Amino acid sequence: MKTLADLKKIREKAQEEMKLRGGNTRIKVVVGMGTSGIAMGAREVMKTFLEEIANRNLTDVLVTQTGEKGLSSLEPVVDVIEEGKPKVTYGNMTPEKVKKVVIEHIVNGRIVSDYVVATGN
Amino acid sequence: MSLKRIDLLICFGSGCLSAGAQKIKDRFYEVLQAKGLSSEINIIETGCMGPCDYGPVMVIYPEGIFYKKVTPDDVEEIVNEHFLKGRPVKRLMIQDEEDKTFFTQKEIPFYQKQVKVALANCGFIDPESIEEYIATGGYEALGTVLTTMTPQQVIDVIKKSGLRGRGGGGFPTHLKWQMVHDNSSPEKYFICNGDEGDPGAFMDRSLLEGDPHRVLEGMMIAAYAIGAKNGYFYIRAEYPLAIKRIKMAIEQAKKAGLAGNNIFGSDFSFEAEVRTGAGAFVCGEETALIQSIEGQRGNPTPKPPYPAVQGLYKKPTVVNNVETLGNIPTILLKGADWFASMGTETSKGTKVFALTGDIKNTGLVEVPMGITLRELIFDVGGGIIGDHKFKAVQLGGPSGGCLTTQHLDVPVDYESLKERGAMMGSGGVIVMNDEKCMVNVAKFFMDFCVDESCGKCSPCRIGLKQMLEILKRIDSGYGKEGDIEELQRLGETISKLSLCGLGQTAPNPVLSTIRYFRDEYEAHIRDKSCANKVCPDLMHFEINKDKCIGCSLCSRKCPVQCISGSREEKYTINQLPCIKCGTCMDVCPVKAIAKIPGMHSDVKAQREAEELQQQNQEE
Repeated sequence: MKTLADLKKIREKAQEEMKLRGGNTRIKVVVGMGTSGIAMGAREVMKTFLEEIANRNLTDVLVTQTGEKGLSSLEPVVDVIEEGKPKVTYGNMTPEKVKKVVIEHIVNGRIVSDYVVATGN
Repeated sequence: MSLKRIDLLICFGSGCLSAGAQKIKDRFYEVLQAKGLSSEINIIETGCMGPCDYGPVMVIYPEGIFYKKVTPDDVEEIVNEHFLKGRPVKRLMIQDEEDKTFFTQKEIPFYQKQVKVALANCGFIDPESIEEYIATGGYEALGTVLTTMTPQQVIDVIKKSGLRGRGGGGFPTHLKWQMVHDNSSPEKYFICNGDEGDPGAFMDRSLLEGDPHRVLEGMMIAAYAIGAKNGYFYIRAEYPLAIKRIKMAIEQAKKAGLAGNNIFGSDFSFEAEVRTGAGAFVCGEETALIQSIEGQRGNPTPKPPYPAVQGLYKKPTVVNNVETLGNIPTILLKGADWFASMGTETSKGTKVFALTGDIKNTGLVEVPMGITLRELIFDVGGGIIGDHKFKAVQLGGPSGGCLTTQHLDVPVDYESLKERGAMMGSGGVIVMNDEKCMVNVAKFFMDFCVDESCGKCSPCRIGLKQMLEILKRIDSGYGKEGDIEELQRLGETISKLSLCGLGQTAPNPVLSTIRYFRDEYEAHIRDKSCANKVCPDLMHFEINKDKCIGCSLCSRKCPVQCISGSREEKYTINQLPCIKCGTCMDVCPVKAIAKIPGMHSDVKAQREAEELQQQNQEE
């Protein structure tokens, strides 16, 4: 390391590794992981989100989880929360649907209305 | 890029480690492995998070959920409930007296009045990872300084910030730097003083353990400013983890090209070394510390010459405390004005304190200068444990003094504390409840100083011993009129005549307790009574015959067989042989035995008779 620019490069990479502790997150994906969610495959859904996001190197997306959301018939349920926009809730998610949501919604900013079960808070 | 979704930060500060943090981490590894979650969860060891009393503690991101007193048995529940189902475990969270639960670290009242500068990363990053330090802005100050500023400009920034030495003296940091900077000697040294020895203090240890790179960066900036190429970390051998972490930091920095030759492509080269001390309190005094690094016996030398003129190997040397260095990178990054906006007229920035004693939230805190003692003890510290009242607070360790309830609204800054007979010291805060005997407290600190006196100068070696003898006499019921005045006379003389800071400040605990608790000394001397029933010779045990059921348990358990009686007559204590061990009180099933302040009349009579006999013999 010889210059401030070198340091900056290392910093950016390290910040990426530490983003869970509060960095620049543009979009937060919250997977409902209650008992019914897990029974309906929420773990697979979450794993797919993690993989897709990692594969695409989306550094500003955070995947996290929450408990039962009360929409048992629509499980697995996923919220996509974007800074300054109403929350979008997707239901009956599958790994296939996750891939589409990642490409369409998270990358291109187009909500996949077919899977949406609720919007707003 | 990683697939991680949870950062699990386990506090690996010394407090939490001794409370079992390692076992918890191991258990997490097992459980996560078993459930196939290892790839999703990062386990990170951090430095001290602060609330040591709640240890082992952990914070779980992204939410920042805070768990206290975690045991290996709790691990499975945390994984199942929190990690798998997203339901944080409420019973492991901190709750206040009104049953309010604090989910995240930010909400906890302990953290709310704190402002973290030196401790900014402590408990937040992995101290063994240079990358995590860099992620928080680490080494940017060093890079900026080396590539854009002259040494004098660095000193000017520190001057403007108003930073003063955090080790105790409160000497303006820039003055030391300027003196050595202006010296034309080709060889200069920089020393980081990590010889923290006050009973109840652990600020420097925590910072070295929790964020070693910050201290190293601070040292390098300082070395550049004064023109030194070599730096020493003097850390006591009792701090093995701090030594390990700072050595690791030096290695990592070298590997990354952040230490060694031509750092950031500049002309500045720097080598840092760790020297371990054998744990003598006097080696925290800078001249003794320098002797110790040179391989001599750790004895102080007269000042002047000050280290800034003639220090290590007779070359100009700056000695700065660990916490002082911890502030430097942030001051250069955020600016002198930002730092100076915190604190009071004469004391700028923040101060780290180690809260200990009869206080709810024992631990490590960092607060802005000028905060009142009341805020520090009751808001941050959570007040006194149990139903007791606040009695006194000892600031600055054995060199400091005791303050009382009347001082609770005193702002914590160098001058305000000094005016009242205490001192900022390095930041040890020992809070005492109304069960403590101040004569006993003074004796404890005097005992410590007598033990730690190096013996080089006679005021300290002989004078302190005399003070201790008088205190022991008072404490054991042989105090006499004039003792208080003699203590004061000795104390003031020792303060004036001692060679180094140890002797100059050692009488402080005695002088300040006499100043604020003179009535306790008088009661010990005149009435032969310790109101708080702490000094064994000035209290006694008594059995309440109305309550006693004659079970004989006390008599059977008494190690000196001084309790006699029968079921019918009940039991009595023969006061003369009693050794005040308190076993009888502990075993009594009906709580018929109580501690009574004051020497028992039988003992008093015996002592008077002995004295008379002695006088007769002399005649």
